[in-house]
Amino acid sequence: MDVLIDNLSLYGEGLLGTIELTVYASLLALVLGFVMASFRVAPVGSLRVFGTVWVTVLRNTPLTLLFFAVMLGLPRFGIVLPFQLFAVLALGCYTSAFICEVLRSGINTVPTGQGEAARSLGMTFAQTLGDVVLPQAFRSVIPPVGSTLIALAKNSAIAGSFSVTELLGTYKPLNEMGYSIIWSFVWIAVGYLLVTLSISAVFNVLEKRWGIAR
Amino acid sequence: MAVDPLIELRDVNKHYGTLHVLRDINLTVGRGEVVVVIGPSGSGKSTLCRTINRLEPVESGTVLLDGRPLPAEGRALARLRAEVGMVFQSFNLFAHKTVLANVSLAQVKVRKRGKEEADRRSRELLERVGLLAHAEKYPAQLSGGQQQRVAIARALAMDPKALLFDEPTSALDPEMINEVLEVMQQLARDGMTMVVVTHEMGFARSAANRVVFMADGRIVEDRTPEEFFTAPESERAKDFLSKILKH
Repeated sequence: MDVLIDNLSLYGEGLLGTIELTVYASLLALVLGFVMASFRVAPVGSLRVFGTVWVTVLRNTPLTLLFFAVMLGLPRFGIVLPFQLFAVLALGCYTSAFICEVLRSGINTVPTGQGEAARSLGMTFAQTLGDVVLPQAFRSVIPPVGSTLIALAKNSAIAGSFSVTELLGTYKPLNEMGYSIIWSFVWIAVGYLLVTLSISAVFNVLEKRWGIAR
Repeated sequence: MAVDPLIELRDVNKHYGTLHVLRDINLTVGRGEVVVVIGPSGSGKSTLCRTINRLEPVESGTVLLDGRPLPAEGRALARLRAEVGMVFQSFNLFAHKTVLANVSLAQVKVRKRGKEEADRRSRELLERVGLLAHAEKYPAQLSGGQQQRVAIARALAMDPKALLFDEPTSALDPEMINEVLEVMQQLARDGMTMVVVTHEMGFARSAANRVVFMADGRIVEDRTPEEFFTAPESERAKDFLSKILKH
């Protein structure tokens, strides 16, 4: 218990860092994932190819490698940003590939007749997707999107190795100060639980509110 | 009948893999005409119906709507589709929207009507198909026959030049078929141009101007219902009619 009370501000900063990373990267992942999913079902071939390449590259690359690529690669092209922003970029882009695939599987659960009916009424591709298909797909993707964002929260720990303040990284100073490793980690784990269970709770509410009534 | 062609198919061909579903189809539907397409399953009649608003693209030949060829997928095609309503076998009402919203959605999005104007028009049409009392319900709360009548109201809300019916009563219980056919009869009497793929021979006899009989991807006969049902010319049609009219 001492380790927590003595270092409350350290833990607090770490937890705040993790929450910030999670929230910003989630938003980026959701927006990019949505755009890429639209690309992958678009009637335009080049958009489909772009979406497929995006997903294939990002989903099949180790996240750590992606962090290296962003943190060390982008500055070579003159793009210098705070480390935290780099971390959000890496996490968000990586997770967007998973979100994209979750959304696409949701789109595939909507019967084709729904889209055909919309098109037969003269609705454009964007209207068909936005007003008819996605609102129905949204209901079935709430649970898997929740899981993906929980994975994102935990993946944010990698940012700690790249000088970004976040929860896991707090173990280093604590260890140096001579606190028990076990208890340092127990409290770190509790911090992550706080974040991930909050995400679960939000998605449970969303599911109750919007999920398909069976 | 003086022909003022609204829908024209010229030398239309289409394959599904190796299956030749539409073979050299030529068909003209005049304004105000009711054409019923019948034939055994797999004869290509649903595909024919779906090529008219290009839900199924054709491989060769042209489809003309009001004298204009159908463009490729895009805004121009969407505009033309708004002129041709379609009613599906499986209704395809938007499951996440109320009956009223189903009928109003495309009026607002495509016809750019105001929400109130669209809802007013929707209520008129729901009244016409006898479902105004169900306006606030969701499609899943309605019977099949009621859903199909909503689907007809939804198609009519666009003020289409023609309506396509793709086996509109095939998914319905027998006692619900009539309520849908009555709405269709009324539309036919009002002079709506209609292409109806159906197995309802009674409707074909009473409402159609022409009966098109299809088999193996070809139009085998194209005649008045009277001639077709009393004296079919082809062996294929005689065989088909003898099978369905026996019971």
